[in-house]
Amino acid sequence: MTLVLEQALNGVQLGVLLFLLAAGLTLVFGIMNFVNLAHGSLYMIGAYFAATFIPWSGSFIVGAVLALAAAAAVGMALEILIFRRLYHRDHMDQVLATFGLILFFNELVLMVWGPAGMSIAVPSWLAGQVTIIPGVPYSAYRLAVLLAGLAAAAFLYVLVSRTRTGMRIRAGASDRQMAEALGVDIRLLFTGIAGLGAALAALAGLLAAPLRSVHAGMGEDILVLAFVIVVIGGIGSIRGAFVAALGVGLIDTVGRAFLPRALDAIFSDSIADAVAPALSTTLIYLTMVVVLAIRPRGLFPAPGV
Amino acid sequence: MNLRGIGILVVLGLATLAFWISAPSTQNDGVRIGFVTTLTTGTGVIGADMRDAFELALDQMGRTMGGLSVWISYEDDAVDPNIGRQATERLVQRDDVHFVSGFIWSNVLLASYQAATDNDVFLIGANAGPSQLAGEACNRNFFSTSWQNDQTTMAMGEVLNDQVSNVYVMAPNYAAGRNMIAGMERTFQGQIIGKTLTQFPDQLDFAAELANIRAAAPEAVWVFYPGNFGTQFFQQYSQAGLLGEIPLYSTFSIDALNLPQIGDLVEGTQMTQSWSPDMDNPANQKFVADFRAKYGRYPSFYAAQAYDAAMLIRSAVEAVDGDLDDLDGLRQALARADFDSVRGSFSFGKNHFPIQDFFLREVMRDSDGVFTTRIVDVVYSDHVDPYAKDCTMQQ
Amino acid sequence: MIPSSPATRWALVLLVALAAAPVLSALGDQTFYVFLLTRMMILALAAVSLNLILGYGNMPSFGHAGFLGIGAYTVAILSVRAAETQGGWLASAGLQLPLATLTAAIAAIVIGAVSLRTRGVYFIMITLAFGQMLFSLGVAMEPYGGDDGMTLPLYTTLGPADLSAGPVLYYLVWGFLVLALAGSHRLMGSPFGAVIRGAKSNESRLAALGVPVYRYRLAAFAMAGAVCGLAGALLANQGGYVSPALAAWTHSAELVVIVLLGGAGTLFGPLFGALAVIGIEEILSRYTEHWRIIFGPLLILVVLATRGGLSGLFRVRNND
Repeated sequence: MTLVLEQALNGVQLGVLLFLLAAGLTLVFGIMNFVNLAHGSLYMIGAYFAATFIPWSGSFIVGAVLALAAAAAVGMALEILIFRRLYHRDHMDQVLATFGLILFFNELVLMVWGPAGMSIAVPSWLAGQVTIIPGVPYSAYRLAVLLAGLAAAAFLYVLVSRTRTGMRIRAGASDRQMAEALGVDIRLLFTGIAGLGAALAALAGLLAAPLRSVHAGMGEDILVLAFVIVVIGGIGSIRGAFVAALGVGLIDTVGRAFLPRALDAIFSDSIADAVAPALSTTLIYLTMVVVLAIRPRGLFPAPGV
Repeated sequence: MNLRGIGILVVLGLATLAFWISAPSTQNDGVRIGFVTTLTTGTGVIGADMRDAFELALDQMGRTMGGLSVWISYEDDAVDPNIGRQATERLVQRDDVHFVSGFIWSNVLLASYQAATDNDVFLIGANAGPSQLAGEACNRNFFSTSWQNDQTTMAMGEVLNDQVSNVYVMAPNYAAGRNMIAGMERTFQGQIIGKTLTQFPDQLDFAAELANIRAAAPEAVWVFYPGNFGTQFFQQYSQAGLLGEIPLYSTFSIDALNLPQIGDLVEGTQMTQSWSPDMDNPANQKFVADFRAKYGRYPSFYAAQAYDAAMLIRSAVEAVDGDLDDLDGLRQALARADFDSVRGSFSFGKNHFPIQDFFLREVMRDSDGVFTTRIVDVVYSDHVDPYAKDCTMQQ
Repeated sequence: MIPSSPATRWALVLLVALAAAPVLSALGDQTFYVFLLTRMMILALAAVSLNLILGYGNMPSFGHAGFLGIGAYTVAILSVRAAETQGGWLASAGLQLPLATLTAAIAAIVIGAVSLRTRGVYFIMITLAFGQMLFSLGVAMEPYGGDDGMTLPLYTTLGPADLSAGPVLYYLVWGFLVLALAGSHRLMGSPFGAVIRGAKSNESRLAALGVPVYRYRLAAFAMAGAVCGLAGALLANQGGYVSPALAAWTHSAELVVIVLLGGAGTLFGPLFGALAVIGIEEILSRYTEHWRIIFGPLLILVVLATRGGLSGLFRVRNND
């Protein structure tokens, strides 16, 4: 029983991390109607920045904040230089251009930071375990990631639904021209959103980094999953991204934790071995297909999108 | 024709010119070698290490072999069999190389080797050791300076026999991962209490599997997670509080490339390998010392294998007095493996895979406090891989 | 008949040059270029098929490489059977190529039936998911190497020759490419093509006219899958090797880039795109292994500077 609880906790933690990545993507897609394949690159660059600033500043928090600022700057620069010229273009043109960005950033990190990649150590004050479920020592760092992600989700919710800026964001999403006519500076708003999306991606990247390694191409490993979540949740919907991310995290984790044994009980060893790992990803794709079959625009399609 | 048309023509013309100019000159009458490895993507660090080792070897030889100058080209395979195949074709057909070496990944090697071996070009594999090439598909123009995929884990199985009665195994779900587990299963006589194959290459998070491991409470955990996966796995293993709780064994998961990052986490863990930087034969001492002097870090086993490949090639070229058209002579010279390997004793079996020793190694700090590995015990002496008997090649 | 625009003239010059290339290569003793250009033309063939749905039809499929995998594995499976049973007919082109095409067509009908209920980015994600599932299927096929893939025990035979020899495969591919281009032109000029292209811009109007748009799209999707399956069969012979990586989404993305770069919805766009991608990769990779850092921004430049990819470069101003 405790194992089930522990796996559920793992699933939620993974889901929260995925949410941070998907939130930025769905914001940019929903509000600016822009497909940004390079979102994974922002995740990667956030991790690389953090891996550089944390040792330099000697503090995890300071380094993380610097990394977020740097990533936001990169996001805004991309918006000004490239994204804004493509808002009126076909989605496929945006795909091609941001694909080019992926190639660029992957080589850039190899050339600047070298082929060995980097790593970020878990901060010493989070290196131990805590016992939230009796008998199960849970990584303190993972718990911190979970809490940080929830805090970010709460922040986004407040931002979008309770502040003036959030109001402008929602106005710009549903009727850009009217919002402009009413005096909202759309250009500034869009640049800001690109920066926010980049910061969220970078946060996901730097939080994930101590669990994984920082290497070129790390964004693409997770990019497809982020798009799946955005699609399941509904393009432009933060709430949808949150629900979908938690769902995907749980399905993936619980699937990997219990499916192999379930399969072992039913099928022969070799079949179970071959099928089980692929089954978890397939399960997520199937979920997406099922959700789209019932709700073709995702769970919570944002109005006006 | 409008301006655009002229512009396009100019660009095309320049492109064609760039094409022909950058084609390598075939006036070089020396030894031409191609090296296919991974230089980009997240695993480019392995290819960089192999290239560094090969370059070191060439520099030590004064970039000549048997009096002939050496021409070398390093090609990237980006972990893609198609790209690796194309690179091999380019080296063999356009660049007229005499030898091709490198090849980290089994699938790239399997896709590419015939482009060389079918055209009388010798392929010296310096890492991947798929069972097909060791057994039924053995090829007289293929030689390996590494090992066959099953061997290193067979050695691990023997080690575990002495130490535990059950073990939990984990590896990524791809051919090499399954080969590694199969190798261990050949020799391990205890109980495999749990076997998990994780998603390859996408699995990012091991929390679920680690929780399962803790619940299963095995006497030991054995994993195969090469490259970045190793770093990821060990970091998460430590964060889950399993480090120090359950003895951890691995193969090909800890190497000189990721030790700087995870050394603290894996100090004291054991693995099996056919080479170690602390081996005390003269060739190895020179190799490790020169490598550290030139590059400021310890070489990995990938580097050691690439270095041996360079030395093997030289020994063959010298044996035929530089007569590179004497293919039979070259082949026989290669098969004799008459060079000083960094592994000490080295010879080829009839399938052109090495007959070599396998050791139990442990992670520790050297006198400068740098993390490295050292040999604790010899597990196999002069081990022949299990597929050699399936090889029916004529020499 | 054939539009006589600058793009067409260049494309025809290119096709003639391609036909002459093996002869020139043989004279210069450079068989590598035959190998390279064969691969380029096969990718162009796959891109022509993708162009039908992505370019003309606004069905952005990110799982198209799955059909390459299906075609390639059909050849591989038949080859293995042929080698095991000494049944030469199993390896003949007359059996393998049509069967590869047919299998891919059937898969495309199934995948299309589900996917075409969606649009836009939803369509992208569903096709991507199907592509990945095909990839997983390939990985699960242990007898055929799993993710290690396998070398073909026998090449596809064409009469007394087989498709391993450079010129034979080369001209076969060239022939198929020309056929595909001609077919694509005829198809898009026909009433069928009018529906597909019309549905791209104004689907509701067509539906109001009583046109069963979904069925037309499904047919186009099936045709695209079929031709791509053929390309996969040829690709298996070109490399002498199959692996699940053929079906991975990164490979699909490469095809999408080829179509978009060349100019989506143009007749010769796929050809220009394939030439550009293979050519740039080949030239740049000689100078540095980090050639993608130049190629990436190059793609961005093309998008920013042109409307309609490389084909757009050919358009005289007042035709825009």
